[in-house]
Amino acid sequence: MTWTWLIGAVLFLVLAPIAGGLIAGIDRKITARMQGRVGPPLLQPFYDVGKLFEKERAVVTTAQNFYVLAYLIFIALSGALFFAGEDLLLIIFAFTLAHVFLVLGAYAVHSPYSHIGAERELIQLMAYEPMIILAAVGLYMVTNSFLVADIATTAVPAIIYLPGVFLGFVTILTIKLRKSPFDISTSHHAHQEIVKGITTEFSGSTLAQVEIAHWYENVFLLGFIYLFFAWNPVIGIIAVAVTYLAEIFVDNVTARVRWQAALKSGWVVAGGLGILNLAILSYMMTGGA
Amino acid sequence: MQTLLFLILFPILVACLLLFVKRTTLRYAVVALSALVIGGASIYLLIRYAFEGTVYFAAPSEAVSLAMVAIEMGLALFIVYMGAKFKNYLAIVLAAIQAALVVYLEGMFSGNLHAVNNLFIDQFSIIMALIIGLIGSLIAVYAVRYMETYHHHHPEVRDRQRMFFFVIFAFLAAMFGLVFSNNLLWIFFFWEVTTISSFLLIGYSETAEATKNAFRALVMNLLGGIALVVAIIILAATEATSGGIDLAQVLASGDTATILIPAVLIGFAGITKAALMPFSSWLLGAMVAPTPVSALLHSSTMVKAGVYILVRFSPVFAGTFAGFSIGLVGAVTFVVASAIAISQSNAKSVLAYSTIANLGLIAACAGVGSYMLVWAAILLIIFHAVAKSLLFLGTGAIEHRIGSRDIEDMEGLIVRMPKMAVMMFIGIAGMFLAPFGMLISKWAAIEAFVLTPFGLVFIVILAYGSAVTVFFWAKWMGKLVTVTRNQEKVEKGFFEEPWAPLYIITGLVAAVVLLFPVISSLLIEPYVLAIYGITARLGQANIAIMLLMLALLMVLPVSFLLFKRSAKHLPAYMSGRTATPDLHFAGSLGLTREAQTRNYYLNEYFGEAKLFLPGAVICAILILASWVLAGVAL
Repeated sequence: MTWTWLIGAVLFLVLAPIAGGLIAGIDRKITARMQGRVGPPLLQPFYDVGKLFEKERAVVTTAQNFYVLAYLIFIALSGALFFAGEDLLLIIFAFTLAHVFLVLGAYAVHSPYSHIGAERELIQLMAYEPMIILAAVGLYMVTNSFLVADIATTAVPAIIYLPGVFLGFVTILTIKLRKSPFDISTSHHAHQEIVKGITTEFSGSTLAQVEIAHWYENVFLLGFIYLFFAWNPVIGIIAVAVTYLAEIFVDNVTARVRWQAALKSGWVVAGGLGILNLAILSYMMTGGA
Repeated sequence: MQTLLFLILFPILVACLLLFVKRTTLRYAVVALSALVIGGASIYLLIRYAFEGTVYFAAPSEAVSLAMVAIEMGLALFIVYMGAKFKNYLAIVLAAIQAALVVYLEGMFSGNLHAVNNLFIDQFSIIMALIIGLIGSLIAVYAVRYMETYHHHHPEVRDRQRMFFFVIFAFLAAMFGLVFSNNLLWIFFFWEVTTISSFLLIGYSETAEATKNAFRALVMNLLGGIALVVAIIILAATEATSGGIDLAQVLASGDTATILIPAVLIGFAGITKAALMPFSSWLLGAMVAPTPVSALLHSSTMVKAGVYILVRFSPVFAGTFAGFSIGLVGAVTFVVASAIAISQSNAKSVLAYSTIANLGLIAACAGVGSYMLVWAAILLIIFHAVAKSLLFLGTGAIEHRIGSRDIEDMEGLIVRMPKMAVMMFIGIAGMFLAPFGMLISKWAAIEAFVLTPFGLVFIVILAYGSAVTVFFWAKWMGKLVTVTRNQEKVEKGFFEEPWAPLYIITGLVAAVVLLFPVISSLLIEPYVLAIYGITARLGQANIAIMLLMLALLMVLPVSFLLFKRSAKHLPAYMSGRTATPDLHFAGSLGLTREAQTRNYYLNEYFGEAKLFLPGAVICAILILASWVLAGVAL
């Protein structure tokens, strides 16, 4: 048994918050430029989180802190398992578990705004999960393995075989990055119609934990994107950057949709692009051979 | 063999004894003691036979078979009588057809109706016996006090508890008989006893609705029973190649073409008993019965008999289009029932639909029938039995305390009934969260379907189905953990006893979650290996990760202590209006109003009215297709 997997996990746990924070800073800069503003300094996200840790500790109920901590830990764990090269399906399920904890935190506080946020978060979860599973299955069909380590070191250009799955995944990535038009449960934009949705009642260090979890999550998701291009690391990194830029662009040119549209979009892209792609692929592999 | 016979006969003895017990305390003592004996005997069975592989016993046959036919005729007469009394002529017709077929079978093929061995035990039967013996008898214990309270709350219902407990123990005996029988005629006999038992239990309250639903269950299960007799007739007629009525010989028969038709018919019987679509309505109708009955039907008896027989025959289904079609019935049932569960706010409805969904998933695995899928199916049966019994019994206890089984009314249960809420939480977690039970099976199923020709269809269904599952479980969990203010604790009630079985079953859920690698390597893997010559198992690394996740989950609650001291408590944000902690806010005209939170039920997307019919039609077509495909293979 080799210990290289541990290096990946530890590197992720240490570096992902830094990378995630920087990505958030760049994101805000680019967003500002797109809107004709100067934007905050690159390190602003770190300042923000730092400030949150200095705030007074206030809660509606103490239980909420527990759920948010569990959310952070399981997001970090699923990312760490991902970068340790473990089984993709197991990682997806751990990822789902993490989000259920966030939702429970919002339920626990018993507040109208966070309650609606929690419901919407669950609808989002329901909207994106089929596509994520199909993406994992698609990567399996191309590489014959569910292990991230094997998929990441494949010589097969997965994207050539999985264009539909990739587009489907990018669509639900918008939900996961909490960007418009699918940022229905909470977003980084100020005061919207449901206040801050699922995070309404979180404050101070608890809110900081949500923020850090989001950084972890974003790095993990971009890692997932990379898998489609893993046969060539240079192209892979470029593809990740371009995808993220496209997400920022979409975020800035679209308005928030209703949850019905978010659910339908998630399911239709999974059904249309994902399934069609996989069906053709499986035909090629069995019937075409 | 003594243990097997004991497990079949002892519950009957207890059942007869309970006919004469009137006082609740005495009944409690008898039931609790018997539960101890039955549970102990099933554990002894595990210790005695776990490492023995398959063991066959040539149990006495002639006299027993005669007695069975006589009882079957008696039961048929009973159905005719009940059907006449309640003017349900369909039940009479079906019972008559079935009785006629049995007579035809006994008359025409009397020479072919002997199995070399009538009883057998293997690892799969041990698993089933443990589910019946431990969970089934715990439910019986719970039922004693529950029924006392039930009659307290429902004075209008005639007190027929003696009959009630007689049937419950007869039911357990029949279940044991079913999973130990190697003689298909015996299987049929026990199969019919379970049908009648559930008919009697569902109709317990004797209201018009209960009677109607009891007959619905009866009619649907009689359809399955008829299919089962027809299958046995075909097998008896083709004894030379099919192996006749000897289960082991049928399964080992090389002549797949001949045994596929009977197998599909037996699969149909399994589909009716397991309440897959389009037959799911009987299990939903069964909700009118007292909650322990639902717990029993859903977790350790009835529907488990259906999936048991499907899993038994899955080596025959494996690789055939007919089996694939049966698998699709299960898969469609899984996704449709999961979706409908979203629109339900009655806790028992949610549990019922999720049972139907899970049985669908098991049937999907059994129908396609590769070795990995059979492994996953058995694991699913185990996890579903423990988690679902806990949830049903919990719902029953909650209903008695708060007077409602609506999920919305369970808001803040963590404050009102903290122990119960934690147990429900564990049960729900066992139903859908990583790294607990069901999820492992779903995951194994996805990995297995990837390797199956046309498995993509199943993967797509699983992907959507499991996403939907997360939604309805998580929102229920959310209601439970909501911390409400100014609520009283109502955990203590008139009757304290039901808690003991609840604690034990919670312990069982935890044990199964922790020990599933052991259960898998001790019981499931050897069984799959014996049948397929190859077995499935989870990678060591994955098991390690799951145990790590479990450890984290157990350590995390310690963090509660961290937060206890310092934080300042503030009321929830109410858009700037003055608010009290229990969600009252200052409205207009100086009135104080209360804000309420309600979950989404998304009726226009996932309503029963919208989804049930299409699901039932698709499944009915698939069942017909499985018959046609089995015929074509011949």
